[in-house]
Amino acid sequence: MQRSNAWQPSATLEVLRERAALLAKVRTFFAARDVLEVDTPVLSHYGVTDVHLQNLRTHLAGDPAPYFLQTSPEYAMKRLLAAGSGSIYQLGKVFRDDEQSPRHNPEFTLLEWYRVDYSAADLMQEIAALLQFTVGAPPTQTVRYQDLFIQQLGVDPLADDAVVALQQALSQQPGLAELVIREKHLDTLLDLAMAMVIEPRLDPEIPTFVTDYPASQAALAQLSQGDPRVAHRFELFYGGIELANGYQELTDATEQQQRFKRDREQRKASGKSDTPEDPRLLAALECGMPDCAGVALGFDRLLMVFLNKRHIGEVLPFAIDRA
Amino acid sequence: MANYSTNEFKAGLKIMQDGEPCAIVENEMVKPGKGQAFNRVRIRKLISGKVVEKTFKSGDSVEGADVIDIDLAYLYNDGEFWHFMNNETFEQIAADEKAVGDAVKWLVEQDVCTLTLWNGNPISVAPPNFVELEITETDPGLKGDTAGTGGKPATLSTGAVVRVPLFVQIGEVIKVDTRSGEYVSRVQK
Repeated sequence: MQRSNAWQPSATLEVLRERAALLAKVRTFFAARDVLEVDTPVLSHYGVTDVHLQNLRTHLAGDPAPYFLQTSPEYAMKRLLAAGSGSIYQLGKVFRDDEQSPRHNPEFTLLEWYRVDYSAADLMQEIAALLQFTVGAPPTQTVRYQDLFIQQLGVDPLADDAVVALQQALSQQPGLAELVIREKHLDTLLDLAMAMVIEPRLDPEIPTFVTDYPASQAALAQLSQGDPRVAHRFELFYGGIELANGYQELTDATEQQQRFKRDREQRKASGKSDTPEDPRLLAALECGMPDCAGVALGFDRLLMVFLNKRHIGEVLPFAIDRA
Repeated sequence: MANYSTNEFKAGLKIMQDGEPCAIVENEMVKPGKGQAFNRVRIRKLISGKVVEKTFKSGDSVEGADVIDIDLAYLYNDGEFWHFMNNETFEQIAADEKAVGDAVKWLVEQDVCTLTLWNGNPISVAPPNFVELEITETDPGLKGDTAGTGGKPATLSTGAVVRVPLFVQIGEVIKVDTRSGEYVSRVQK
Protein backbone atom coordinates (compact mmCIF):
# COMPACT_ATOMS: atom_id res chain seq x y z
CA MET A 1 0.00 0.00 0.00
CA GLN A 2 1.35 3.39 -0.89
CA ARG A 3 1.61 6.06 1.74
CA SER A 4 -0.16 8.56 -0.47
CA ASN A 5 -3.27 6.36 -0.52
CA ALA A 6 -3.32 5.69 3.22
CA TRP A 7 -6.09 8.20 3.89
CA GLN A 8 -8.52 6.23 1.74
CA PRO A 9 -10.86 3.55 3.11
CA SER A 10 -9.63 -0.04 2.87
CA ALA A 11 -13.15 -1.23 1.95
CA THR A 12 -15.09 0.11 -1.02
CA LEU A 13 -18.11 2.30 -0.29
CA GLU A 14 -20.27 -0.42 -1.81
CA VAL A 15 -18.97 -2.90 0.77
CA LEU A 16 -19.56 -0.37 3.55
CA ARG A 17 -23.20 -0.10 2.47
CA GLU A 18 -23.43 -3.91 2.65
CA ARG A 19 -21.82 -3.72 6.10
CA ALA A 20 -24.46 -1.27 7.31
CA ALA A 21 -27.23 -3.45 5.88
CA LEU A 22 -25.84 -6.53 7.64
CA LEU A 23 -25.62 -4.70 10.98
CA ALA A 24 -29.26 -3.66 10.53
CA LYS A 25 -30.30 -7.24 9.69
CA VAL A 26 -28.62 -8.61 12.82
CA ARG A 27 -30.48 -6.06 14.94
CA THR A 28 -33.77 -6.90 13.21
CA PHE A 29 -33.17 -10.60 13.90
CA PHE A 30 -32.72 -10.08 17.64
CA ALA A 31 -35.47 -7.48 17.97
CA ALA A 32 -37.93 -9.99 16.52
CA ARG A 33 -36.80 -12.53 19.12
CA ASP A 34 -37.00 -10.09 22.01
CA VAL A 35 -33.29 -10.28 22.86
CA LEU A 36 -32.07 -7.08 24.54
CA GLU A 37 -29.22 -5.14 22.94
CA VAL A 38 -26.54 -4.02 25.40
CA ASP A 39 -23.31 -2.11 25.05
CA THR A 40 -20.89 -2.91 27.84
CA PRO A 41 -17.62 -0.98 28.31
CA VAL A 42 -14.67 -1.48 26.00
CA LEU A 43 -12.38 -0.14 28.74
CA SER A 44 -12.32 -2.24 31.89
CA HIS A 45 -10.49 -2.64 35.19
CA TYR A 46 -9.76 -6.30 34.37
CA GLY A 47 -8.54 -8.28 31.42
CA VAL A 48 -8.71 -11.94 30.51
CA THR A 49 -6.53 -14.79 31.74
CA ASP A 50 -6.96 -16.85 28.53
CA VAL A 51 -3.56 -18.24 27.64
CA HIS A 52 -3.92 -17.42 23.96
CA LEU A 53 -5.48 -13.95 24.19
CA GLN A 54 -3.53 -10.74 24.74
CA ASN A 55 -5.25 -7.68 26.17
CA LEU A 56 -4.17 -4.23 25.10
CA ARG A 57 -3.47 -2.18 28.23
CA THR A 58 -3.73 1.52 28.82
CA HIS A 59 -3.78 4.03 31.68
CA LEU A 60 -6.04 6.84 32.81
CA ALA A 61 -4.46 10.11 33.92
CA GLY A 62 -3.71 10.15 37.65
CA ASP A 63 -4.53 6.45 38.11
CA PRO A 64 -1.58 4.03 38.42
CA ALA A 65 -3.73 0.95 37.86
CA PRO A 66 -3.81 -0.43 34.30
CA TYR A 67 -7.01 -0.55 32.30
CA PHE A 68 -7.72 -3.18 29.69
CA LEU A 69 -9.35 -2.97 26.28
CA GLN A 70 -11.78 -5.89 26.12
CA THR A 71 -10.95 -8.96 24.05
CA SER A 72 -14.66 -9.83 24.23
CA PRO A 73 -17.62 -8.48 26.20
CA GLU A 74 -18.10 -11.88 27.86
CA TYR A 75 -17.42 -11.00 31.51
CA ALA A 76 -19.50 -7.83 31.50
CA MET A 77 -22.38 -9.58 29.75
CA LYS A 78 -22.29 -12.40 32.29
CA ARG A 79 -22.52 -9.84 35.07
CA LEU A 80 -25.66 -8.47 33.40
CA LEU A 81 -27.06 -12.02 33.18
CA ALA A 82 -26.38 -12.51 36.90
CA ALA A 83 -28.15 -9.20 37.55
CA GLY A 84 -31.25 -10.61 35.84
CA SER A 85 -31.06 -9.05 32.39
CA GLY A 86 -32.48 -12.09 30.60
CA SER A 87 -31.23 -12.91 27.10
CA ILE A 88 -28.91 -10.22 25.71
CA TYR A 89 -26.80 -9.50 22.63
CA GLN A 90 -24.07 -7.07 21.77
CA LEU A 91 -22.49 -5.80 18.56
CA GLY A 92 -19.30 -4.13 19.61
CA LYS A 93 -15.64 -3.48 19.11
CA VAL A 94 -13.10 -5.74 20.77
CA PHE A 95 -9.31 -5.63 20.76
CA ARG A 96 -6.70 -8.37 20.62
CA ASP A 97 -3.02 -7.64 20.64
CA ASP A 98 -0.64 -9.66 18.49
CA GLU A 99 -3.30 -10.69 15.99
CA GLN A 100 -2.77 -9.59 12.41
CA SER A 101 -3.38 -11.68 9.32
CA PRO A 102 -5.74 -11.70 6.34
CA ARG A 103 -8.38 -12.86 8.84
CA HIS A 104 -7.34 -10.84 11.89
CA ASN A 105 -7.41 -7.14 12.62
CA PRO A 106 -6.37 -6.11 16.17
CA GLU A 107 -9.67 -4.19 16.48
CA PHE A 108 -12.75 -5.96 15.18
CA THR A 109 -16.50 -6.24 15.63
CA LEU A 110 -17.87 -9.13 17.63
CA LEU A 111 -21.49 -10.22 17.74
CA GLU A 112 -21.92 -11.91 21.09
CA TRP A 113 -25.14 -13.18 22.60
CA TYR A 114 -26.44 -15.16 25.57
CA ARG A 115 -29.67 -17.10 25.73
CA VAL A 116 -31.08 -17.88 29.15
CA ASP A 117 -32.28 -21.50 29.55
CA TYR A 118 -30.89 -22.49 26.15
CA SER A 119 -28.75 -25.57 25.67
CA ALA A 120 -25.77 -25.45 23.31
CA ALA A 121 -27.93 -27.37 20.80
CA ASP A 122 -30.75 -24.78 21.06
CA LEU A 123 -28.25 -22.01 20.48
CA MET A 124 -26.75 -23.74 17.43
CA GLN A 125 -30.26 -23.84 15.93
CA GLU A 126 -30.61 -20.13 16.52
CA ILE A 127 -27.22 -19.46 14.91
CA ALA A 128 -28.33 -21.45 11.85
CA ALA A 129 -31.46 -19.27 11.69
CA LEU A 130 -29.35 -16.10 12.00
CA LEU A 131 -27.07 -17.23 9.15
CA GLN A 132 -30.06 -18.04 6.99
CA PHE A 133 -31.76 -14.69 7.75
CA THR A 134 -28.72 -12.44 7.43
CA VAL A 135 -26.63 -13.95 4.63
CA GLY A 136 -28.92 -16.61 3.13
CA ALA A 137 -26.71 -19.48 4.28
CA PRO A 138 -27.79 -23.08 3.56
CA PRO A 139 -28.71 -25.48 6.41
CA THR A 140 -25.85 -26.27 8.80
CA GLN A 141 -24.23 -29.62 9.54
CA THR A 142 -22.81 -30.82 12.85
CA VAL A 143 -19.84 -33.07 13.56
CA ARG A 144 -18.26 -34.02 16.87
CA TYR A 145 -14.64 -32.96 17.39
CA GLN A 146 -13.58 -36.52 18.13
CA ASP A 147 -15.29 -37.94 15.01
CA LEU A 148 -13.78 -35.20 12.84
CA PHE A 149 -10.25 -36.02 13.99
CA ILE A 150 -10.79 -39.75 13.44
CA GLN A 151 -12.22 -39.11 9.94
CA GLN A 152 -9.58 -36.64 8.82
CA LEU A 153 -6.42 -37.78 10.59
CA GLY A 154 -7.19 -41.25 11.88
CA VAL A 155 -6.40 -40.01 15.37
CA ASP A 156 -8.65 -40.19 18.43
CA PRO A 157 -7.99 -36.87 20.21
CA LEU A 158 -9.37 -38.24 23.49
CA ALA A 159 -7.24 -41.40 23.59
CA ASP A 160 -4.36 -41.74 26.06
CA ASP A 161 -1.80 -41.96 23.25
CA ALA A 162 -3.16 -38.89 21.41
CA VAL A 163 0.11 -36.94 21.67
CA VAL A 164 2.17 -39.63 19.93
CA ALA A 165 -0.56 -40.39 17.39
CA LEU A 166 -0.90 -36.70 16.51
CA GLN A 167 2.87 -36.30 16.19
CA GLN A 168 2.92 -39.21 13.76
CA ALA A 169 -0.06 -38.03 11.70
CA LEU A 170 1.03 -34.38 11.56
CA SER A 171 4.64 -35.11 10.66
CA GLN A 172 3.31 -36.42 7.32
CA GLN A 173 1.95 -32.95 6.52
CA PRO A 174 4.10 -30.51 4.52
CA GLY A 175 6.07 -28.09 6.69
CA LEU A 176 4.92 -29.48 10.04
CA ALA A 177 7.38 -32.29 10.81
CA GLU A 178 10.05 -30.19 12.54
CA LEU A 179 7.54 -28.45 14.76
CA VAL A 180 5.58 -31.53 15.88
CA ILE A 181 8.62 -33.63 16.67
CA ARG A 182 9.57 -31.15 19.41
CA GLU A 183 6.01 -30.49 20.56
CA LYS A 184 4.74 -32.59 23.47
CA HIS A 185 1.80 -30.45 24.53
CA LEU A 186 -1.51 -32.05 23.56
CA ASP A 187 -3.48 -28.82 23.20
CA THR A 188 -0.85 -27.26 20.94
CA LEU A 189 -0.93 -30.35 18.70
CA LEU A 190 -4.73 -30.29 18.64
CA ASP A 191 -4.75 -26.59 17.71
CA LEU A 192 -2.17 -27.22 15.02
CA ALA A 193 -4.12 -30.14 13.54
CA MET A 194 -7.35 -28.17 13.59
CA ALA A 195 -5.98 -24.92 12.16
CA MET A 196 -3.56 -26.27 9.56
CA VAL A 197 -5.02 -29.57 8.44
CA ILE A 198 -8.65 -30.12 9.36
CA GLU A 199 -10.18 -26.65 9.06
CA PRO A 200 -8.98 -26.15 5.45
CA ARG A 201 -10.65 -29.46 4.53
CA LEU A 202 -14.13 -28.53 5.78
CA ASP A 203 -16.65 -27.88 3.02
CA PRO A 204 -16.73 -24.07 2.62
CA GLU A 205 -20.26 -24.19 1.16
CA ILE A 206 -21.88 -25.70 4.26
CA PRO A 207 -21.80 -23.96 7.64
CA THR A 208 -20.35 -26.63 9.93
CA PHE A 209 -20.61 -26.86 13.71
CA VAL A 210 -17.83 -28.79 15.40
CA THR A 211 -19.04 -29.83 18.86
CA ASP A 212 -17.85 -31.48 22.08
CA TYR A 213 -14.35 -30.03 22.29
CA PRO A 214 -11.89 -31.75 24.64
CA ALA A 215 -12.21 -30.60 28.25
CA SER A 216 -8.71 -29.08 28.15
CA GLN A 217 -9.99 -26.67 25.49
CA ALA A 218 -13.10 -25.73 27.40
CA ALA A 219 -12.26 -22.25 28.77
CA LEU A 220 -15.66 -21.08 30.05
CA ALA A 221 -17.76 -24.08 28.99
CA GLN A 222 -19.51 -26.66 31.13
CA LEU A 223 -18.14 -30.17 31.00
CA SER A 224 -20.40 -32.84 29.56
CA GLN A 225 -22.26 -34.87 32.19
CA GLY A 226 -22.18 -38.01 30.07
CA ASP A 227 -18.50 -37.80 29.07
CA PRO A 228 -16.37 -35.49 31.25
CA ARG A 229 -13.51 -35.79 28.74
CA VAL A 230 -15.39 -33.28 26.58
CA ALA A 231 -17.03 -29.90 27.14
CA HIS A 232 -20.19 -28.27 25.82
CA ARG A 233 -18.20 -26.09 23.50
CA PHE A 234 -18.78 -25.69 19.77
CA GLU A 235 -17.23 -23.80 16.93
CA LEU A 236 -18.75 -22.76 13.62
CA PHE A 237 -16.81 -22.86 10.35
CA TYR A 238 -18.20 -21.41 7.14
CA GLY A 239 -16.64 -20.24 3.89
CA GLY A 240 -13.29 -21.64 5.00
CA ILE A 241 -13.24 -19.38 8.05
CA GLU A 242 -13.68 -19.94 11.78
CA LEU A 243 -16.76 -17.83 12.39
CA ALA A 244 -18.01 -18.43 15.93
CA ASN A 245 -17.25 -20.05 19.25
CA GLY A 246 -19.96 -20.99 21.75
CA TYR A 247 -20.48 -22.62 25.11
CA GLN A 248 -23.00 -24.05 27.42
CA GLU A 249 -21.79 -21.53 29.95
CA LEU A 250 -20.01 -22.46 33.12
CA THR A 251 -22.01 -21.06 36.06
CA ASP A 252 -19.96 -22.49 38.92
CA ALA A 253 -17.82 -19.77 40.55
CA THR A 254 -15.43 -22.21 42.25
CA GLU A 255 -14.75 -24.08 39.03
CA GLN A 256 -14.30 -20.76 37.21
CA GLN A 257 -11.77 -19.60 39.79
CA GLN A 258 -9.80 -22.83 39.38
CA ARG A 259 -9.69 -22.39 35.61
CA PHE A 260 -8.50 -18.79 36.05
CA LYS A 261 -5.75 -20.04 38.32
CA ARG A 262 -4.73 -22.77 35.86
CA ASP A 263 -4.68 -20.20 33.02
CA ARG A 264 -2.44 -17.86 34.98
CA GLU A 265 -0.01 -20.67 35.81
CA GLN A 266 0.14 -21.59 32.14
CA ARG A 267 0.68 -17.96 31.15
CA LYS A 268 3.51 -17.75 33.63
CA ALA A 269 5.08 -20.97 32.32
CA SER A 270 5.05 -19.67 28.76
CA GLY A 271 6.49 -16.28 29.72
CA LYS A 272 3.34 -14.24 29.10
CA SER A 273 2.22 -11.24 31.12
CA ASP A 274 0.14 -12.05 34.20
CA THR A 275 -3.41 -10.77 34.28
CA PRO A 276 -5.31 -10.70 37.54
CA GLU A 277 -8.56 -12.64 37.51
CA ASP A 278 -11.69 -10.52 37.36
CA PRO A 279 -13.21 -10.58 40.91
CA ARG A 280 -16.39 -8.92 39.65
CA LEU A 281 -17.14 -11.83 37.32
CA LEU A 282 -16.44 -14.31 40.12
CA ALA A 283 -18.71 -12.38 42.51
CA ALA A 284 -21.47 -12.36 39.89
CA LEU A 285 -21.15 -16.13 39.41
CA GLU A 286 -21.25 -16.62 43.19
CA CYS A 287 -24.41 -14.56 43.35
CA GLY A 288 -25.83 -16.85 40.66
CA MET A 289 -25.85 -16.71 36.89
CA PRO A 290 -28.82 -18.37 35.19
CA ASP A 291 -28.22 -21.46 33.04
CA CYS A 292 -27.51 -20.19 29.56
CA ALA A 293 -25.67 -20.75 26.33
CA GLY A 294 -23.60 -18.04 24.69
CA VAL A 295 -21.70 -17.49 21.47
CA ALA A 296 -19.29 -14.97 19.99
CA LEU A 297 -19.41 -14.54 16.22
CA GLY A 298 -16.92 -12.49 14.20
CA PHE A 299 -19.11 -9.93 12.45
CA ASP A 300 -16.41 -8.82 10.00
CA ARG A 301 -15.75 -12.42 9.06
CA LEU A 302 -19.46 -13.03 8.46
CA LEU A 303 -19.37 -10.11 6.03
CA MET A 304 -16.21 -11.55 4.41
CA VAL A 305 -17.96 -14.86 3.81
CA PHE A 306 -21.13 -13.13 2.56
CA LEU A 307 -19.23 -10.96 0.07
CA ASN A 308 -16.56 -13.58 -0.69
CA LYS A 309 -13.67 -11.34 0.42
CA ARG A 310 -10.32 -12.86 1.29
CA HIS A 311 -8.88 -10.09 3.45
CA ILE A 312 -10.56 -8.62 6.52
CA GLY A 313 -9.34 -5.15 5.44
CA GLU A 314 -11.71 -5.39 2.48
CA VAL A 315 -14.73 -5.23 4.81
CA LEU A 316 -13.44 -2.62 7.32
CA PRO A 317 -13.68 1.15 6.78
CA PHE A 318 -10.02 1.39 7.80
CA ALA A 319 -7.89 -1.67 8.55
CA ILE A 320 -5.14 -1.27 11.16
CA ASP A 321 -2.53 -0.11 8.63
CA ARG A 322 -4.78 2.84 7.75
CA ALA A 323 -6.35 3.44 11.16
CA MET B 1 23.45 -12.40 15.20
CA ALA B 2 20.19 -11.41 16.84
CA ASN B 3 17.27 -13.76 17.28
CA TYR B 4 13.90 -12.88 15.83
CA SER B 5 10.56 -13.68 17.41
CA THR B 6 7.75 -14.85 15.12
CA ASN B 7 5.95 -11.53 15.62
CA GLU B 8 8.89 -9.81 13.89
CA PHE B 9 8.51 -12.09 10.86
CA LYS B 10 7.87 -10.31 7.57
CA ALA B 11 8.75 -10.74 3.93
CA GLY B 12 12.45 -10.10 3.35
CA LEU B 13 13.65 -10.96 6.88
CA LYS B 14 16.79 -13.13 6.81
CA ILE B 15 16.86 -16.10 9.16
CA MET B 16 18.90 -19.29 9.61
CA GLN B 17 17.14 -22.59 8.87
CA ASP B 18 18.75 -26.02 8.42
CA GLY B 19 22.17 -24.36 8.70
CA GLU B 20 21.46 -22.18 5.67
CA PRO B 21 20.62 -18.48 5.40
CA CYS B 22 17.06 -17.98 4.20
CA ALA B 23 14.80 -15.09 3.29
CA ILE B 24 11.17 -15.03 4.36
CA VAL B 25 8.98 -14.81 1.25
CA GLU B 26 5.60 -14.87 2.93
CA ASN B 27 4.44 -14.97 6.54
CA GLU B 28 0.91 -15.63 7.69
CA MET B 29 -0.40 -15.97 11.21
CA VAL B 30 -2.94 -18.75 11.63
CA LYS B 31 -4.83 -18.63 14.91
CA PRO B 32 -7.81 -20.51 16.22
CA GLY B 33 -9.95 -18.08 18.23
CA LYS B 34 -9.29 -19.78 21.54
CA GLY B 35 -6.07 -21.58 20.73
CA GLN B 36 -2.38 -21.42 20.08
CA ALA B 37 -1.33 -19.21 17.15
CA PHE B 38 1.08 -20.41 14.48
CA ASN B 39 3.09 -18.72 11.77
CA ARG B 40 2.97 -20.40 8.40
CA VAL B 41 6.03 -19.18 6.56
CA ARG B 42 7.36 -19.63 3.04
CA ILE B 43 11.11 -19.22 2.98
CA ARG B 44 13.64 -19.15 0.19
CA LYS B 45 16.95 -20.82 0.95
CA LEU B 46 19.50 -18.33 -0.28
CA ILE B 47 22.19 -20.83 -1.28
CA SER B 48 20.16 -23.60 -2.90
CA GLY B 49 17.39 -21.26 -4.03
CA LYS B 50 14.79 -23.76 -2.85
CA VAL B 51 11.48 -22.43 -1.53
CA VAL B 52 10.06 -24.40 1.39
CA GLU B 53 7.12 -24.04 3.75
CA LYS B 54 7.57 -24.18 7.51
CA THR B 55 5.32 -23.69 10.49
CA PHE B 56 6.38 -22.08 13.75
CA LYS B 57 4.58 -21.77 17.04
CA SER B 58 3.90 -18.05 17.51
CA GLY B 59 6.18 -16.68 20.19
CA ASP B 60 9.08 -18.98 19.25
CA SER B 61 12.24 -17.32 18.07
CA VAL B 62 14.78 -18.20 15.40
CA GLU B 63 18.36 -17.19 14.73
CA GLY B 64 18.82 -14.29 12.35
CA ALA B 65 21.17 -14.60 9.36
CA ASP B 66 23.89 -12.03 8.72
CA VAL B 67 22.92 -11.44 5.14
CA ILE B 68 23.22 -8.18 3.20
CA ASP B 69 22.75 -7.15 -0.40
CA ILE B 70 25.34 -4.82 -1.98
CA ASP B 71 25.64 -3.33 -5.46
CA LEU B 72 29.01 -3.99 -7.12
CA ALA B 73 30.38 -3.54 -10.63
CA TYR B 74 31.47 -6.67 -12.49
CA LEU B 75 35.15 -6.56 -13.46
CA TYR B 76 36.44 -9.82 -14.93
CA ASN B 77 36.66 -13.58 -14.62
CA ASP B 78 40.04 -15.15 -13.91
CA GLY B 79 38.99 -18.66 -14.86
CA GLU B 80 38.00 -19.61 -11.33
CA PHE B 81 36.47 -16.52 -9.71
CA TRP B 82 34.35 -13.63 -10.89
CA HIS B 83 35.60 -10.32 -9.53
CA PHE B 84 33.40 -7.41 -8.52
CA MET B 85 34.26 -3.93 -7.26
CA ASN B 86 32.57 -1.38 -5.05
CA ASN B 87 32.63 1.77 -7.21
CA GLU B 88 32.87 4.03 -4.16
CA THR B 89 35.45 2.28 -1.96
CA PHE B 90 37.16 0.35 -4.81
CA GLU B 91 37.07 -2.69 -2.53
CA GLN B 92 36.97 -5.93 -4.54
CA ILE B 93 35.12 -9.18 -3.85
CA ALA B 94 35.49 -12.51 -5.67
CA ALA B 95 32.51 -14.82 -6.16
CA ASP B 96 32.82 -18.50 -7.02
CA GLU B 97 30.88 -20.45 -9.64
CA LYS B 98 28.27 -21.59 -7.11
CA ALA B 99 27.48 -18.01 -6.07
CA VAL B 100 27.41 -16.69 -9.64
CA GLY B 101 25.17 -19.52 -10.84
CA ASP B 102 22.90 -18.66 -13.78
CA ALA B 103 23.89 -15.00 -13.60
CA VAL B 104 27.08 -15.95 -15.47
CA LYS B 105 25.37 -15.60 -18.84
CA TRP B 106 24.34 -12.00 -18.14
CA LEU B 107 27.60 -10.60 -16.76
CA VAL B 108 28.79 -7.57 -18.70
CA GLU B 109 31.92 -5.70 -17.62
CA GLN B 110 31.17 -2.53 -15.63
CA ASP B 111 27.50 -3.51 -15.18
CA VAL B 112 26.36 -3.11 -11.57
CA CYS B 113 25.10 -6.37 -10.07
CA THR B 114 23.54 -7.11 -6.68
CA LEU B 115 25.60 -9.52 -4.58
CA THR B 116 24.18 -11.22 -1.51
CA LEU B 117 26.77 -11.69 1.20
CA TRP B 118 26.43 -14.12 4.10
CA ASN B 119 28.93 -13.47 6.89
CA GLY B 120 30.79 -11.33 4.35
CA ASN B 121 30.99 -14.03 1.64
CA PRO B 122 29.07 -13.86 -1.63
CA ILE B 123 26.35 -16.51 -1.92
CA SER B 124 24.45 -15.20 -4.91
CA VAL B 125 24.74 -12.69 -7.75
CA ALA B 126 21.80 -10.96 -9.40
CA PRO B 127 22.50 -9.24 -12.74
CA PRO B 128 20.87 -5.93 -13.68
CA ASN B 129 17.30 -6.28 -14.99
CA PHE B 130 18.46 -5.28 -18.47
CA VAL B 131 21.79 -5.98 -20.14
CA GLU B 132 23.16 -5.17 -23.60
CA LEU B 133 25.02 -7.94 -25.40
CA GLU B 134 26.38 -8.57 -28.88
CA ILE B 135 25.07 -11.37 -31.07
CA THR B 136 27.87 -13.75 -32.04
CA GLU B 137 25.84 -16.34 -33.87
CA THR B 138 22.42 -16.56 -35.50
CA ASP B 139 20.92 -17.73 -38.78
CA PRO B 140 20.68 -15.02 -41.41
CA GLY B 141 17.02 -14.04 -41.29
CA LEU B 142 14.81 -12.38 -43.83
CA LYS B 143 15.79 -8.73 -44.10
CA GLY B 144 12.24 -7.68 -44.94
CA ASP B 145 10.71 -9.17 -41.79
CA THR B 146 10.15 -6.32 -39.36
CA ALA B 147 7.03 -7.62 -37.67
CA GLY B 148 9.15 -9.84 -35.46
CA THR B 149 6.89 -12.84 -35.88
CA GLY B 150 8.28 -16.24 -35.22
CA GLY B 151 11.85 -15.33 -34.36
CA LYS B 152 15.01 -17.41 -34.25
CA PRO B 153 17.60 -18.36 -31.64
CA ALA B 154 20.68 -16.14 -31.28
CA THR B 155 23.82 -16.80 -29.26
CA LEU B 156 25.23 -13.81 -27.38
CA SER B 157 28.83 -12.99 -26.51
CA THR B 158 28.41 -14.48 -23.02
CA GLY B 159 27.04 -17.75 -24.39
CA ALA B 160 23.42 -16.95 -23.51
CA VAL B 161 20.85 -18.00 -26.12
CA VAL B 162 17.73 -15.85 -26.63
CA ARG B 163 14.98 -15.74 -29.23
CA VAL B 164 15.28 -12.67 -31.45
CA PRO B 165 13.22 -11.37 -34.40
CA LEU B 166 14.28 -12.61 -37.83
CA PHE B 167 15.72 -9.24 -38.92
CA VAL B 168 18.37 -9.13 -36.17
CA GLN B 169 21.84 -10.04 -37.42
CA ILE B 170 25.26 -11.19 -36.17
CA GLY B 171 27.32 -8.32 -34.77
CA GLU B 172 24.33 -6.32 -33.62
CA VAL B 173 23.93 -5.41 -29.91
CA ILE B 174 20.58 -6.21 -28.31
CA LYS B 175 18.90 -5.37 -25.01
CA VAL B 176 17.69 -8.40 -22.98
CA ASP B 177 15.49 -8.65 -19.89
CA THR B 178 17.55 -10.92 -17.58
CA ARG B 179 14.53 -11.83 -15.42
CA SER B 180 12.67 -13.49 -18.32
CA GLY B 181 15.64 -14.04 -20.65
CA GLU B 182 13.68 -12.28 -23.41
CA TYR B 183 14.79 -9.98 -26.20
CA VAL B 184 13.66 -6.35 -25.70
CA SER B 185 15.12 -4.32 -28.59
CA ARG B 186 18.10 -3.60 -30.79
CA VAL B 187 20.59 -1.11 -29.44
CA GLN B 188 21.85 1.62 -31.79
CA LYS B 189 25.61 1.87 -31.51
